[in-house]
Amino acid sequence: MTSVLEPSTTLELPPAPPDPVLRRPRNTQGFWGWITTVDHKRIGIMYGVTAFVFFLFGGFEALLIRLQLAQPNGTLLSADLYNQLFTMHGTTMVFLVVMPISAAFFNYFAPIMIGARDVAFPRLNAFSYWTFLFGAILINSSFLLGGAPNGGWFGYAPNTSITFSPGHNIDFWIFGLQLLGIASTVGAVNFIVTILNLRAPGMSLFKMPVFVWMTLVASFLLLFAMPIITVALFLLMFDRQFGANFFNPAAGGDPVLWQHLFWLFGHPEVYILILPAMGIVSEILPTFARKPLFGYPVVVFSGIAIGFMGWGVWVHHMFAVGLGPVAVSAFSISTMFIAVPTGVKIFNWLATCWRGSIRLSVPMLFALGFVAMFTIGGLSGVTHSVSPHDRQQTDTYYIVAHFHYVLFGGALFGIMGGIYYWWPKIFGHLLSERIGKLHFWLWFAGFNLTFGPMHILGLEGMPRRIYTYDENLGFDYWNMVATIGSFVIAVSVLVFLYNVWHSRRNAVPAGPDPWDARTLEWTIPSPTPAYNFAEVPEVHEVDDFWHRKYGEDDEGRMVKLAPPDTEGSLDIHRDDVHLPSPSYFPMVASFGLMVIAYAMIYRNYVVAVVGALVLLGGIYAWGLEPSSEPHDDHGHDGGGDAPHDADDGGEHKGVEPADTPDAALGVSSGTAEEVTS
Amino acid sequence: MSNLLARRRGLLVVVVLALLTGGCANSDKPQSYIAPEGPIARQLDRLWDPVFAIAAVFFFLVQGLVLWVAIRYRRRGDDDNPKQVHGNKAMEIGWTAAPALILAGVGFFTVINLVDLDRIPKGPEVLTVEVIGHQWWWEYQYPKAGIVTANELHIPAEKKIDLRVTATDVIHSFWPPKLAAKIDAVPGRINHMVLEADADDVGKTFFGQCMEYCGLSHANMRLKVVVHDAASFDKWQRDQAKKASIPAAGAPGATGAELFRTKGCGGCHTVKGYTAGQVGPDLTHFMDRKVFAGAIFPNDLDSLRTWLRDPPKAKPMDPDNGLGMPNLGLTENEINDLIAFLQTLK
Amino acid sequence: MTAVETTVHGDGHGHATNTGVSNEKVAMWAFLGSECLLFGALISTYLLYRGKSVSGPTEPADLFDIPFTSVSSFVLLMSSLTMVLALAAIQRRDEPRLRLWLLATALLGATFIAGQIYEFTAFVNEGLTISTNVFGSSFFVLTGFHGVHVTLGIVMLLSLWGLSARGKLPPEKSETVEIAGLYWHFVDVVWIVIFTVIYLVP
Repeated sequence: MTSVLEPSTTLELPPAPPDPVLRRPRNTQGFWGWITTVDHKRIGIMYGVTAFVFFLFGGFEALLIRLQLAQPNGTLLSADLYNQLFTMHGTTMVFLVVMPISAAFFNYFAPIMIGARDVAFPRLNAFSYWTFLFGAILINSSFLLGGAPNGGWFGYAPNTSITFSPGHNIDFWIFGLQLLGIASTVGAVNFIVTILNLRAPGMSLFKMPVFVWMTLVASFLLLFAMPIITVALFLLMFDRQFGANFFNPAAGGDPVLWQHLFWLFGHPEVYILILPAMGIVSEILPTFARKPLFGYPVVVFSGIAIGFMGWGVWVHHMFAVGLGPVAVSAFSISTMFIAVPTGVKIFNWLATCWRGSIRLSVPMLFALGFVAMFTIGGLSGVTHSVSPHDRQQTDTYYIVAHFHYVLFGGALFGIMGGIYYWWPKIFGHLLSERIGKLHFWLWFAGFNLTFGPMHILGLEGMPRRIYTYDENLGFDYWNMVATIGSFVIAVSVLVFLYNVWHSRRNAVPAGPDPWDARTLEWTIPSPTPAYNFAEVPEVHEVDDFWHRKYGEDDEGRMVKLAPPDTEGSLDIHRDDVHLPSPSYFPMVASFGLMVIAYAMIYRNYVVAVVGALVLLGGIYAWGLEPSSEPHDDHGHDGGGDAPHDADDGGEHKGVEPADTPDAALGVSSGTAEEVTS
Repeated sequence: MSNLLARRRGLLVVVVLALLTGGCANSDKPQSYIAPEGPIARQLDRLWDPVFAIAAVFFFLVQGLVLWVAIRYRRRGDDDNPKQVHGNKAMEIGWTAAPALILAGVGFFTVINLVDLDRIPKGPEVLTVEVIGHQWWWEYQYPKAGIVTANELHIPAEKKIDLRVTATDVIHSFWPPKLAAKIDAVPGRINHMVLEADADDVGKTFFGQCMEYCGLSHANMRLKVVVHDAASFDKWQRDQAKKASIPAAGAPGATGAELFRTKGCGGCHTVKGYTAGQVGPDLTHFMDRKVFAGAIFPNDLDSLRTWLRDPPKAKPMDPDNGLGMPNLGLTENEINDLIAFLQTLK
Repeated sequence: MTAVETTVHGDGHGHATNTGVSNEKVAMWAFLGSECLLFGALISTYLLYRGKSVSGPTEPADLFDIPFTSVSSFVLLMSSLTMVLALAAIQRRDEPRLRLWLLATALLGATFIAGQIYEFTAFVNEGLTISTNVFGSSFFVLTGFHGVHVTLGIVMLLSLWGLSARGKLPPEKSETVEIAGLYWHFVDVVWIVIFTVIYLVP
């Protein structure tokens, strides 16, 4: 059996190339250390920082939109610029903010919470990040290159066809989303494999933290939803660039096909956005209530149920399209019933807090804010499912209010809670509670002031996606309130940035477990060492760390146990853990993809071929370099499992499971025999 | 602390109440669908009201519980050791089943109403109107009466009307909120909307808008629905069916009529009996309409003059790509002449 | 569901996974799951547009040379057989045979692609292009997507052949061949569906 460790594998590299760029990067410090990193924690931080920068972009776009709408017949923005801004606001917040911040948490914490040392494919993980970044840059560069996408984040054909959108605006959108789709699909595969395969000993699926569960469900949703939008975007591209007729009614094409494909992706996408936040909240509430999550299996199963049912509700975005009473009835009913598992979660969260010992720290405030605000979004969602009346509501601001209560009141509240909760683990110090509370209350007030009035505006008949409205329609008052609210949110974000700066300057080491928390990430030092775990942990219970700290007396009350011995292991410093080596090639391959995308936008197929060669070269070089450089002194001890030597680069080991593999894990059982043969 | 909290809460109540009174001061908004005026919109509202009430109950329940746990179960100290409850099957089944049952009831009434509302009126006496969405205005054709008009839809009260809705370019959505729920105008498809107004709607004009994002001037694609009694609707139909009477040479508007042809207006606009353009709104009885250009401008001299000076400036359009009316570079005299002609189109 | 034990070997080799299936193979299965949706969406589009064309050749039967396409489909199916033989060869540590069968698989795949290029050219000459009507659009995009998948598979097979020729694909790495085989069989199975939907269903 060969191994990555054998010197023979280095022969694949060019012998001592003179150009330093071609030499395997070794430096893990400084700028190049970050560029070439394959460490899931650093990639997580890069995802988070990038997404936060785009959050500021998207927020700025929103402020411009709100300023334009503050008064009737606003003149701040032209119609065209407004259309670009609302399109980019939606696209940015969905694809460049909520998805990548969730990816940041997946990256940083999912491996640690399951007791792994990295993700299954570290370089593929870097490739996901770079492809995401280049896609984000590409789509935003359109502002400087003749105009941003202006067809809405939903890009309905035929408005996005070449006849009605002759500029490159829509092309940027198509190819930007294609890159982001590749990044998400690849990331989803990586996380599915990581969660299915790399759990610590004893961590069965039903001992995983709920956040990991929700990551798994969201990854499966991504895996199956992304190809559908990919196809839709390709069809649109063939229409625009090669004269195909998919959405051209004159040639028999049907614009409604676009809507089916888009929402068949788009509705699971909504759950992709919200499930990670639900996972975060399911971690925060038990920690700050000092009680286990009420009905863990039910919360997990309702998450899975949401994942499945999310595929059967997409037509509720299309009740006004005219699909006939049968389809509309069926999807009304399915939409109503997806509220059931969602409601179950809300009641289980409340029951978790019931008779708990609640500490209203900032993460808890955001988590409770999530429960309260997301409920509002869920309830307005139920009112949409009454399909005859939904034809009144749809495309009014009532819908805008609804999905902001879900995606801001839900996803962003959860994410903010997650940021405050996990900040000490990532950076080693806590964010200030005092400033954090100010942040929360401004955020909470600003949010409700902005989006609460939109319910009323919608019921009063204000349409979405309009850059202007007449004063005789009576929309002015609530629009002004909403605009003021949006600036309160902006102030709260500034307070958050101040908190980051202030807390960094006055950094007090947080210690490994500042919240008296429950899951594995709190057993290791803060910030997390490069190898995550000095000793790979062994897991016995859900919330294993909690059970090492506390037991239950006869009445079921919690009782403090003797300090767990893991605290001793915190001092252990390991430099013998074999980590995957940094690499240039994931970024090179991603760069090739970006070149292809720009070339396709400008119809320069020669450059596209060059980009394809860069991509191919990057993939080849990546495949031929070993996942980790050999160490002369490679001392594995009993627990010292390298994050894995089996990277995607072609190191394939015959896997010899010592114990019977569980064939019921959703992977075809037929494949199990091959590995033992 | 609790004092501060109480004060904060008091302030919150004051702010919310102040905001609401400010907003409710003028509650009868022209596009408000929670204040319906036609029988169909009223049926929709009746369907929705109980659902809203149920949602409100759950709203207060959950918000109340959040506040309750946050206040009642605050941590008292480090030795505040709660009982470790891992779950309760009976309760969980309860809060799965109860919402499911409520939703089943809501679903039942939803389907019943859906089937009822989707019934297309049939028969020789039913008035059919073709509603066609264009970037960025609405065209209405009354096939039986041979009428083509734009932006203002005229209907008789107390009759079920079958609107056959489609579009020529991109997807639009036709929505007169106080009378009926919206339906998309999809190129290549014909959707039906049933429209009905009450006797007490006679003489009223209802507002509406295009509700599907349709490009640059989506915000400027509005509409009006004018409700007549039977007699005045018949008279309106008879008037509209007539050809235009083009001013003879020397009569007021004659120069404008000539310009209408030579400047290319007639290439896009139909004036029945004079030109047969297919692109822009039919102008045969232009002066009968109170609004123009997607129902965003009042049909008066000032607005017409501003419009003709530079249409894409008055309303964002993209004539370079064939979307909307171009700037024809008219002189002030030509504009006056054209307006004089338009004023003859009664 | 019972707990899954992960066992970490002290020797630094075979790292067992919780599922007992290697990371690479789980990843390939997941990726193929995603691909199912991709082809599912394309095939649905094709089916939706059957008989919806308003001009030009609208009946597949007008153009298709069923015997020709059947032969090239058969060629592609045979390539699945040679793929199986390639895997069997490496598992018996027979590297020359491995290279032979890899090459044979790639050649059969290339023959299929050549047939597709011929067919596309013939259709264009007969007046069916991607922009003729919705049939042309959906036909060329669906079969074209499949052709691109076959082409990538050929690149993958030739890469494996090259690795093996340089001694970089020892029998211990037979799983690499197996995983490439999973992809190749998937592409073949998809073709059976496409062939049935486009050429056989009346």
